[in-house]
Amino acid sequence: MTPAIGAPGARRAVWIAWAVQALLVAAVAGGAFWLVHHALEVLRARGVRSGFDFLLQSAGFEIAEGWLDFDSGQPFWRAFLAGLINTVRAAVPAALTAVLLGTLLGIGRLAPHVLVRGLCTAYVETVRNVPLLVQLLMLYFALTHLLPDSTEAIELLPGIWLSKGGLSMPWPVREAGAFWPVHFEWPERTSFNVIGGAALSPEYLAVVIALAMYTAAFIAEIVRAGITSVSQGQKLAAQALGLSPWQQLRIVVLPQALRVIVPSLTNQLLSLTKNSSLAVAVGYPELVSIANTSLNSTGRAFECIAVVMAVYLVLSLLISAGMNRYNARVALRGWR
Amino acid sequence: MNQRTRPAFRPLAVAAGIAATLLFAVAAPAFAGKTLDAVKQRGTVKCGVTNGVAGFSAPGTQGNWTGLDVDTCRAIAAAVLGDAAKVDFVPLNSQQRFAALQAGEVDVLARNTTWNLTRDASLGFNFTTINYYDGQGFLVPKKIKVTSAKQLKGATICTQSGTTNEKNVADWSKAQGIPVKTVVFESFEASFKAFFAGRCQAFTTDTSALAGLRNKEAPNPDDYLILPELISKEPLAPAVRRGDDEWFAIVKWVPNALIEAEEVGITQANIDELKASSKDPAQQRLVGSGDDLGKLLGLDKDWSYRAIKAVGNYGEIFERNVGPKSVLKLPRGANNLWNKGGLLYALPVK
Repeated sequence: MTPAIGAPGARRAVWIAWAVQALLVAAVAGGAFWLVHHALEVLRARGVRSGFDFLLQSAGFEIAEGWLDFDSGQPFWRAFLAGLINTVRAAVPAALTAVLLGTLLGIGRLAPHVLVRGLCTAYVETVRNVPLLVQLLMLYFALTHLLPDSTEAIELLPGIWLSKGGLSMPWPVREAGAFWPVHFEWPERTSFNVIGGAALSPEYLAVVIALAMYTAAFIAEIVRAGITSVSQGQKLAAQALGLSPWQQLRIVVLPQALRVIVPSLTNQLLSLTKNSSLAVAVGYPELVSIANTSLNSTGRAFECIAVVMAVYLVLSLLISAGMNRYNARVALRGWR
Repeated sequence: MNQRTRPAFRPLAVAAGIAATLLFAVAAPAFAGKTLDAVKQRGTVKCGVTNGVAGFSAPGTQGNWTGLDVDTCRAIAAAVLGDAAKVDFVPLNSQQRFAALQAGEVDVLARNTTWNLTRDASLGFNFTTINYYDGQGFLVPKKIKVTSAKQLKGATICTQSGTTNEKNVADWSKAQGIPVKTVVFESFEASFKAFFAGRCQAFTTDTSALAGLRNKEAPNPDDYLILPELISKEPLAPAVRRGDDEWFAIVKWVPNALIEAEEVGITQANIDELKASSKDPAQQRLVGSGDDLGKLLGLDKDWSYRAIKAVGNYGEIFERNVGPKSVLKLPRGANNLWNKGGLLYALPVK
């Protein structure tokens, strides 16, 4: 029996619970402090330079692509920032595509049509059972082998070029001093490469496509589970009201299914963001790739890994905070 | 679970995660004050090498490593333990190598590593003796009709991350005013595969490795060309941890003995004969029939005899691994003796 609130026994239990938690926090914090202290001591004793001062030195390497202009004379912190932006640049389109594709596949797995159901099941079972890194490398090497050479780029549509150098398209550019773009820059074929305009490199395409396809397979299963969790009676009631199958899904089933879907979806989005670090294998300059390069040119392994950890932590907490807010909106009232 | 209690637990989980990670980082074996004693007690020399760079350190089919760096380690094992086979080769990628030496995972890092000021002064290492003078170059397919690096304007260049190469390309591109784009891969294998698939117009790394790539990995070696320009100096040298001068001296002097053996004409084949009959004091010191220099290093009189007997003099090592008798077929060039137009100048073993 739990004693009634306010009884002396209950008060003592609460006090003890707090004390245990406080002790645990102190022990963990103390342990962490000792480890860091010891590590720094050892590094110093061995003559290894440590500290974050290197972030202000010039990086000395170039970054092949990205939204943030970067030059080898700029400092390391800016290189890390460019890497972070490149991570986001890959993760966001991949996440959107994955959710869309995953939802369609999940619904498809429950479709009455045998062929649709079979295809969706085959997709899910194949894709989610092959390691992501393997898929990524396969896709990348397929792209680089199959696309035409950069010197023989093909023009798909006027101004849109496809080659081993990637997909180039016209892009609005700003003149110096102007506030908004005033004219389009058209890609042109030079002796080696198609240059100008906006270009999506094969590395970028491989990363986005592989992440989206892989995560979609998991999301499909989550969506399927969500839909089947809605009781049959709801569907029958919707049918009785004369709703079309699409209306049944949109108005009755999905809103209820979302309660099951959203928490698991959050996990998938977190995984996707962290999985984007595999991009280093195919030469896409995201955060981990930049950290690897920085680590090697400065020797500050500890510091670079710490930066990467901190960034992923913040990124993940932001995503889960956002998803939790969304979850609060779709959750059953009275549960919170 | 009640949603509200979660935030209270989250910082705890985070702190525990960080603590666990740090524990991994620090739990490496404690620094052995006397590397030599540790090596003798263990009975093997732990030598950090590459995952496979032809000519320098490459695993064979039987698990027997070959290469110039590998022979350097074997010579050290022969000098210290009396048996060139007593080496544990630890394959390391470019990113792992420094941490592995710092943490004491290896006794020597002989992993075609460039000696430069930043590394020398900030990693807690001492580089010992340069065992190969390299330089960074470019490999291009002949079909793009480029014969000089100056024509690479606007080209895409593939390379591996975690090397000095990335930085050298950026420096070179800036200094020469030749804009290029670099695509950087984590593994050496992925980087050259992408290049041979046609993703890049050029591949860049040390020229010694370029020769290996062209001759071993290219679909057809004759379709590829190494451009004449060298864009950097890459003196490759084995490194040891700071703070153990005795071990540092051994790793410094064994390669010197191998180079001096070539200077004075001692080979794997004639060393026994010279040990018995040589009247030349320089030869006598190296074959162990003259003054006992080994004891100054904490070794015995035959240290250099065993090293040379095991792997040959520097010229023989070069010839076998990267020279005319190997797949790389590299010329001696800068790696010839100082009195034959090269840069190798052994400190006198006396």
